[in-house]
Amino acid sequence: MTELPKTTARKLGLVIDLDTCVGCHACVVSCKGWNTENYGAPLSDQDAYGEAPSGTFLNRVHSYEVQPAEGTAKLIHFPKSCLHCEDAPCVTVCPTGASYKRTEDGIVLVNEQDCIGCGLCAWACPYGARELDAAEGVMKKCTLCVDRIYNENLPEIDREPACVRTCPAGARHFGDFADPDSKVSRLTADRGGMDLMPELGTKPVNKYLPPRPRDAAQDIDILAPYLAPVAEESKGFVAWLDKALSAIPGGSN
Amino acid sequence: MHPAPSVILFTTFSGLGFGLLFWLGIGMPGPTGWVAFTFFAIAYLMAVGGLLASTFHLGHPERAIKAFSQWKTSWLSREAWVSVAALLVMVVYGAGLVFWGQATVPLGLIGAALSLLTVATTSMIYTQLKTVPRWNHWSTPALFLSLSLGGGALLAGQVRFALPLLSVAATVQIIAWMTGDGRFRGRGTDIGTATGLGTLGRVKAFEPPHTGTNYLLREFVHVVGRRHSMKLRLLSLLLGYGLPILLLMLPFSHIYAGLAVVAHVAGILASRWLFFAEAEHVVGLYYGRQ
Repeated sequence: MTELPKTTARKLGLVIDLDTCVGCHACVVSCKGWNTENYGAPLSDQDAYGEAPSGTFLNRVHSYEVQPAEGTAKLIHFPKSCLHCEDAPCVTVCPTGASYKRTEDGIVLVNEQDCIGCGLCAWACPYGARELDAAEGVMKKCTLCVDRIYNENLPEIDREPACVRTCPAGARHFGDFADPDSKVSRLTADRGGMDLMPELGTKPVNKYLPPRPRDAAQDIDILAPYLAPVAEESKGFVAWLDKALSAIPGGSN
Repeated sequence: MHPAPSVILFTTFSGLGFGLLFWLGIGMPGPTGWVAFTFFAIAYLMAVGGLLASTFHLGHPERAIKAFSQWKTSWLSREAWVSVAALLVMVVYGAGLVFWGQATVPLGLIGAALSLLTVATTSMIYTQLKTVPRWNHWSTPALFLSLSLGGGALLAGQVRFALPLLSVAATVQIIAWMTGDGRFRGRGTDIGTATGLGTLGRVKAFEPPHTGTNYLLREFVHVVGRRHSMKLRLLSLLLGYGLPILLLMLPFSHIYAGLAVVAHVAGILASRWLFFAEAEHVVGLYYGRQ
């Protein structure tokens, strides 16, 4: 089971638009909300209301500051979840066959009944996409909401991953990368979708769209002439005050 | 990486135990009766005790039997097979020595080969991980194997072999430390490639996903312990190799040999702690660490 399929019929995955993400963490909340009460064991929290809260999340949003060679620094919000790699190192290391990549759609899943909680798959994942649940002792990871996307009990509009469905900025897109005409394939082609840590050879399915270049702030300001000082020389009371204050030691500028 | 006591004990003691089984398997020494019983009991206590310790870090140890199923791809699964095979073969070989005073040479040789293979599979669990550049190198299996052979020779009382093998292990250990320190940077993986934002400029982690800690940070980002690494390296070199080699060169006495074993085990435990504590996982990059 832990042998990776040579090809998968479909390659379901996400496109995450780093240009659009506003870092609101709504995807984190909706992911935890859906996945704690559906596929597999709940996503537990430890000491949730105490001094050192900690818990299992399948999706986390980091924020990075990027300082270009010229110009101002940019703040980039960076959601990160399982990339459903084509050459997933987490699958092949699994000793029990609990981890597998589906032939039909390429989703990487954990069969929790077979998981012994050894943690080796999390060691093998470069992206920190797998977390061992502290209460259940089994490995948790993004399922691409496999229990939503094929769920005929849900209205069609909801048959996409919870994180995509909830994103208020439209920064997350779900689709089939094996289809060159799908929305996600076109977005990747148009915007230069990139892999994370490509040098590790994992061939991630999920792609990240880099932030678009910002407009440079120009020096010319058409309102500047109107803001030039109107009166160079003061008169009357103001002139007297100016002179009086300048006469005080340390008062002159 | 988090230096979990269960895994440190497992790799240290099972390495020594299987090392001793190797020497017993090739008939060096070739004891019979009660002496053989004592040797095999020590070897099995270490090898099996180590394997049992490794199950303590499992989330579901009661399902451990399932770990035998994926030998085609998983080094952990291969280790399960080879270790059980080695222990079974050596039990038959050992029984022959203890009860009938009879050495079945081919069986011993097969058991010896399987014992070494067990240590090799253990080391490959770590070596295969591209995510931990420090381990992803030939020096990891070289260190595990030379240590197991050297430590096993020490336990087996094979002074003639223990001296050169421990010296080799010490050399491999120094190479592993010296080349390992720069390997992470040498691989070219940094926060820029991790986020894909490196082409835009200098990337700095601005804010982590949560204010608290999490499984990833606890398991993979162990920075506190590295402060004392230099002192611990020296200590483990002195205790694990220097002192045992010195004691072995003195005229033989059981007290010196016992001291050599104790010092060796203490030194190797320290170096195994460093093996985990110093290993940098690439996921730390997402948290602005290495």
